[in-house]
Amino acid sequence: MPDTQALVNDFISKLKKRKIEGSQATAKQTAELLRSVISQTRVPYTNQAAALIQSVKAVGERLIAANPVELAVGNVVRRVLHIIREEDLSLTTAAMAGLNLSAVSDDEDDADRDNQPVLSAAAIAAASRSTLRPPSLQTLLEDVPDSAAIPHTSSSGGDSEGKSKSADKSSRSRKLKHDVIEAVNELIQDISTCHEQIAEQAVEHIHQNEVILTLGSSRTVLEFLCAAKEKKRSFRVFVSEGAPRYQGHLLAKELVTRGLQTTLITDSAVFAMISRVNMVIVGAHAVMANGGVIAPVGVNMVALAAQKHAVPFVVLAGSHKLCPLYPHHPEVLLNELRSPSELLDFGEFSDCLDFGSGIGAPLLHVVNPTFDYVQPKLVSLFITDTGGHNPSYIGEMYRLFVVSARGEGMNFKSEIMRTNCIAEGNFFGKLEDRKSRFL
Amino acid sequence: MGAQKKSATARVSEDQEELARNPLQAILLADSFATTFRPITLERPKVLLPLVNIPMIDYTLAWLESAGVEEVFVFCCAHSKQVIDYLESSRWSSQPNFSVTTIESHNSISAGDALRLIYERNVIHGDFVLISGDTVSNMSLTQVLQEHKERRKKDANAIMTMVVKKSKPSPITQQSRLGTDELFMAINPVTKQLLCYEDKAEHSKGFISLDKTLIADNPSIILHNDKQDCYIDVCSQEVLSLFTDNFDYQHLRRHFVKGLLVDDIMGYKIFTHEIHSSYAARIDNFRSYDTISKDIIQRWTYPFVPDILCGSSAIKVERQGTYRASDVTLSRSAHIGSFTFIGQGTKIGNDTKISHSVVGEGCTIGSNVTIEGSYIWNNVTIEDGCQLRHAIVCDGVIMKSGAVLQPGVILSFKVVVGQQFVVPAYSKVSLLQQPTQQDSDEELEYADNTSGTGELRYKLNGDIAADLSETAYELGTGGVGYIWSVFEGAQDEEWKHSVAPIPKDKLVKLMLDKDEDEEQLTQDGNVLSASGELKADSDDNGSEDDDNADSRDDYGFFEKEVEATFLRAVHENVKVDHAVLEVNALRLSYNMASVDCAGAIFYSMMKLAVESPHHSASELHRNAADIITKWVKLLKSFLHDIDEEIEVILKFEEMCLESAKEFAALFPQVLHLLYDKEILQEDAILRWADEKEGADESDKVFLKSSEKFVQWLKEAEEEDEDD
Repeated sequence: MPDTQALVNDFISKLKKRKIEGSQATAKQTAELLRSVISQTRVPYTNQAAALIQSVKAVGERLIAANPVELAVGNVVRRVLHIIREEDLSLTTAAMAGLNLSAVSDDEDDADRDNQPVLSAAAIAAASRSTLRPPSLQTLLEDVPDSAAIPHTSSSGGDSEGKSKSADKSSRSRKLKHDVIEAVNELIQDISTCHEQIAEQAVEHIHQNEVILTLGSSRTVLEFLCAAKEKKRSFRVFVSEGAPRYQGHLLAKELVTRGLQTTLITDSAVFAMISRVNMVIVGAHAVMANGGVIAPVGVNMVALAAQKHAVPFVVLAGSHKLCPLYPHHPEVLLNELRSPSELLDFGEFSDCLDFGSGIGAPLLHVVNPTFDYVQPKLVSLFITDTGGHNPSYIGEMYRLFVVSARGEGMNFKSEIMRTNCIAEGNFFGKLEDRKSRFL
Repeated sequence: MGAQKKSATARVSEDQEELARNPLQAILLADSFATTFRPITLERPKVLLPLVNIPMIDYTLAWLESAGVEEVFVFCCAHSKQVIDYLESSRWSSQPNFSVTTIESHNSISAGDALRLIYERNVIHGDFVLISGDTVSNMSLTQVLQEHKERRKKDANAIMTMVVKKSKPSPITQQSRLGTDELFMAINPVTKQLLCYEDKAEHSKGFISLDKTLIADNPSIILHNDKQDCYIDVCSQEVLSLFTDNFDYQHLRRHFVKGLLVDDIMGYKIFTHEIHSSYAARIDNFRSYDTISKDIIQRWTYPFVPDILCGSSAIKVERQGTYRASDVTLSRSAHIGSFTFIGQGTKIGNDTKISHSVVGEGCTIGSNVTIEGSYIWNNVTIEDGCQLRHAIVCDGVIMKSGAVLQPGVILSFKVVVGQQFVVPAYSKVSLLQQPTQQDSDEELEYADNTSGTGELRYKLNGDIAADLSETAYELGTGGVGYIWSVFEGAQDEEWKHSVAPIPKDKLVKLMLDKDEDEEQLTQDGNVLSASGELKADSDDNGSEDDDNADSRDDYGFFEKEVEATFLRAVHENVKVDHAVLEVNALRLSYNMASVDCAGAIFYSMMKLAVESPHHSASELHRNAADIITKWVKLLKSFLHDIDEEIEVILKFEEMCLESAKEFAALFPQVLHLLYDKEILQEDAILRWADEKEGADESDKVFLKSSEKFVQWLKEAEEEDEDD
């Protein structure tokens, strides 16, 4: 335990100091950290799932607080919590099925029966079925009526389990932890391969002799473009440099070494060039529940230009970037103001920042936001590791593919959101609560 | 010397090997050894003062940690207990890969003492970062460390790399931004070696002199006045031993850096590293406190900004750079302007306007309050209708309704300002009384921090009643606190270092001064820019002139200093012992003999007597008698042998002839007085008389006038012999 604590502290301080760049790296490291937290957590005989959830939640809250702007952390924490619940549920289902087969042993607890009408067993069975099947809109609809019963299961599932035979218990607890770790490993695998999975779809979207425009640098975009190139598509790329960090320069360099015809333009030239462009492809920092996108600064301008000229605006995002939150205060809450020194040299401007003379207050304000918010209506298509989606579908998509939806998904979401809200501040938390009540 | 050098190089090569496995170390001086933050620093060490609601030392430590330093030695001196307690309870005590060790001392009075102590502890094993606990930075150390190491490999004498930053295309920026004096540095543009460091260039002179060997040795030199010293140094181990070898090194810059630059025997070299995009600055006085706070709020120090450093306590940046904690109670009609910080649990009433300010945690601010450019720390109560402009208000202060703080006011801890009371501009208010004796040397924060404070506290508790009645008088009805008086001579300097912006008229004056300076500089520049040879020549002349002038002027300066010290002693009732100490210090710093001291003191005493009002010769005599009686001990402590006594007589004679002719008539009386007070022994007077015997007629005027006295003395002596 102490060394996980050290790991957690280390990671938190890295997050705080903004030492980890990029949401993929953050997501992967978060998942790895949570895996070690889970493996180190001592599971009691009763209520293993609750114990695991508790420890993951505790760590998760701190991680989210460390860098509230990096939404990928919260996303991964939510995914891991979901995994624990799901594994717990499937184990319980299996156990219940076993009990049902042995004609309901008399050991069955009274309290448990009170909580759980016989009907719920069927519901659980249905739910477990849905996890095995690839989810479809139909299953979702099918399952909705049961939703009321499920939350009980998830909360008392551990209890019922704990009170059953001890021989079962130890093996099952070990199994739960094992299963969860397996599933988290899968998640890590998913996160690390999301680039390839997104890139696989490149040929479907990029056609011969097209002109693609992108802004700044995103590894997902780079892989996507290169994948198309490897499939012998010939096309041209316009790279907008992405001031003030100019990561577009790096992207252009990388693209050229991979043999792509590249044109570098300034950000302000985007509108002039957009009429010659067939498709805009950009990376995202996070995708919100309403389909809005948090992306590097400047992307909103590109999106508006694309809309004006009816150019498709495509956003690439790994599933770890899908976030169940709504952007209530996009420009304030979900942004980060970086140092003005990226814009101008302190030495040259120190006379403008002279507070000793005049009114004692600076006349020069330098604002250097990191992110833009792009409205969902400006986005034509999201490409994630599970395929392409329309922005209006993205909220559903989160539930279907990320937290493979059952009725429980709803309740689960609001709970996690509350977790998140503790870090995000009370005001926002209350808003979210109100929101989730309407959902 | 050669052997020493050899051993030094041998040690260096060992160091090179060691560097690979040694963790990067840093020495953090948690004491400024200065008094610029008084009266606040009487109660709390400077490094724990909140800077945008976070103690200064946190910024420094956070930067050191992120810059890859693994081991920090925090040297605490003044209020060491508070610093140690804070560090132990803070997160710094439990960081992985980052250890903070405190080194406590109770008798260090300068950075030099601190480094000597650290050397004795033998904890530094390689290159280290030397920084004081009031430095804010976000620079990366990788490059400067690498440069330093590479230089060390080539030249073992490159023992220090100093971080500088460009700041000030405008002529007055340095003064008005950080409140520091203009700094001149001569740097070799190719090797970046620092050749000259002048932080108090005499503006009146308008020129600085460079050693001609500098120009001979270096193909090119750039003289900068647009560099800001960041007070971040990367040092090699030798620096510590150098401090130990030269125990007169006190101040890091004034003594150490200048000492190394002048000393060409050892050949140690200092280099500079200029940072461009990153930020580094040191809080030296209230003005830089203001400026750096504003820089932090403007996020120049990113990622060391409040919303990230605070972490979990949820401070959010809103539009126009307003930082607000999550649970601030804000009236609907209150107006929070741009670049303002509001801490946790603070309540703000109706129609209150706050702009460009920092308000700490748990403050209660009433209605119709105006706060502009001020720094309000924690748990402060400001009642309705108060007005604050460019002030610093410490923890626990209460401002009763309608009180007004004019620009530049400092309210120390727990001061209460009475109703409707207007605190005048630039005043410093504290619960502690102003220490009566002011050390001329500014390096003595420590002295009054332990014993002084204890005593004063005791006094406060002892007679609270008397205290209250007195303070009520000073700070309006119901007010508690003493307004500190401004020291003589510092009066017109006060605006330079305060938090308030420089008043217009002063600014204009500064600009005018600068313009004059610049004119002079350009004139000098014309001479200098002719050719390399000419440069050397002109410089040579300059330095020679200087040498001559120095020796001539030195005594004059010394005499003036002694006179100033003496006058202060008289006006502030300084104890004789302390006055003796001060004069002795002056004697050492000007390299004078005690003969000179005696002369100078006597001169100042007589001058005082002449200058104090008198109508007749007898009154003058009485004045002189009073002063001599009072300060006889001071004078006597410099009169060890007969030569010195004779010097006093000669001095007096000289005075009577030149500066204070009024004494001419009183010569014998005063001589008698001096004899009576046992300042002069009869031998001295007789020998003086003997010496004068053979002199010119004109020189004998006073001998003649005191002939009677001398005669009497001679007779007395003979009588003694008879007995």
